[in-house]
Amino acid sequence: MSYQELVNKLTPKENIYKNGVIAFLSGGVIGAISEILGRCFGPEMMLVIWIVLAGILTGLGVFDSIVEHFKMGVIIPITGFSHSLTSASLEYKKEGLVTGIGANCFKLAGSVILYGIISATILAGIRGVLCLL
Amino acid sequence: MLTLKFKNAYIQDWFSIAGFEENNGLLTDVNLYLKDYYYGESTLEDAEVKMQRTVLNNLRSKHDFEVVIGGDLSNQLGIMNISMKEYPISFLGIYNACATFCEGLLLGANLLTSGNAQTTCVLTSSHNLTSERQFRFPVEYGAMKKSYTTSTTTAAVGCILSNAPTNIKIVSATIGSVTDYGIKDVYNMGAVMAPAAAKVIHEHLVNEHKKIADYDVILTGDLGTLGVEILCELYKKEYNENLNNLSDAGSLLYKSNQNKYTGGSGPSVLPLVFFNKILKSKKNKRILLVATGALHNPTLVNQKNAIPSIAHAVEIEVLK
Repeated sequence: MSYQELVNKLTPKENIYKNGVIAFLSGGVIGAISEILGRCFGPEMMLVIWIVLAGILTGLGVFDSIVEHFKMGVIIPITGFSHSLTSASLEYKKEGLVTGIGANCFKLAGSVILYGIISATILAGIRGVLCLL
Repeated sequence: MLTLKFKNAYIQDWFSIAGFEENNGLLTDVNLYLKDYYYGESTLEDAEVKMQRTVLNNLRSKHDFEVVIGGDLSNQLGIMNISMKEYPISFLGIYNACATFCEGLLLGANLLTSGNAQTTCVLTSSHNLTSERQFRFPVEYGAMKKSYTTSTTTAAVGCILSNAPTNIKIVSATIGSVTDYGIKDVYNMGAVMAPAAAKVIHEHLVNEHKKIADYDVILTGDLGTLGVEILCELYKKEYNENLNNLSDAGSLLYKSNQNKYTGGSGPSVLPLVFFNKILKSKKNKRILLVATGALHNPTLVNQKNAIPSIAHAVEIEVLK
């Protein structure tokens, strides 16, 4: 038995099904509330409400414990995006506006933006081609 | 591996500070506990500097030492370098991640044995949030962790080594080698460090002609409960022996309801538990300290390298 096999044997496995169900339910609840908010205030305001709320909760230091309980259900929606921006900005606040916050606030969210734009461009391109056919 | 023998190397005194979470844990009589992560400072790094200086100031008020040997986890040892600029004392900055304490201990004892120094000081510290930022994610970012990971301990510990006899003698030490068994999982530092610990324990026993049963306790640094399991299995497999008197400092720090995963990690864990628990229990006379360090570098791990590790063993004897 190789060392890697020994380690794999002894390391407890994460319960991905349990985590998945929790994320599905918590994400679903956010989705349902968003539907209500969107109908009341319009979709733009709904997004703003979530972004501001997650930002404030991160600043108060409670969002990380929310993630611990509700798993990816609160990271995948726009709340997670806002959370990553706020937490990185708070972290690098002491290192200055440009070298600290400016250089680092997209440290975690940068990938989301980059690959979000790329995949949106590709999908829009495919849709454009399909419409022409 | 090289085994050093010391004469006239004794531990004279120590001072430790621990964080508030450690206060809620299993260690009850550390010299000083912090009330929060900031220790009255505006940044976390300044808090760790202040922790180190508090330890040094307390030791300096009682002892004259000629050199400080120490290190922490910060990049370029930034935190300790800033601490030390206040003192006109010779300083050797060392880095072996969480194996730093034993590295300092064996270097300090060697200076005493050579007769070049009479009194030396070994200092290490770690801070949960400064390491979190440097090695992982922003402090407030709710990154989900694996249940088997370890959590960096907030503490600073310093000790005075002297050539004047006391009842705690540093007998010998084996300098470990860098080990790599191909583990890339940054959440499983126990698995990264266990092979280094197994190697150095075995080499020390061979070089010193001793058996596992010759020690009252073999105290590893910060393997965590999972790392201990892996080490015991690996030792049995490679050397066909049971490590039945093994204790792990990181696993002795927290209560199970403290959400600290499999235990504490960091260079200060081993001295914190050694001075405040192992030495205080009068049962332990012959002790083998095995500080284990994961030589983790986030850049190199992102470039798909495995994480190397190191461990140093220091043998301590408590005289009557």
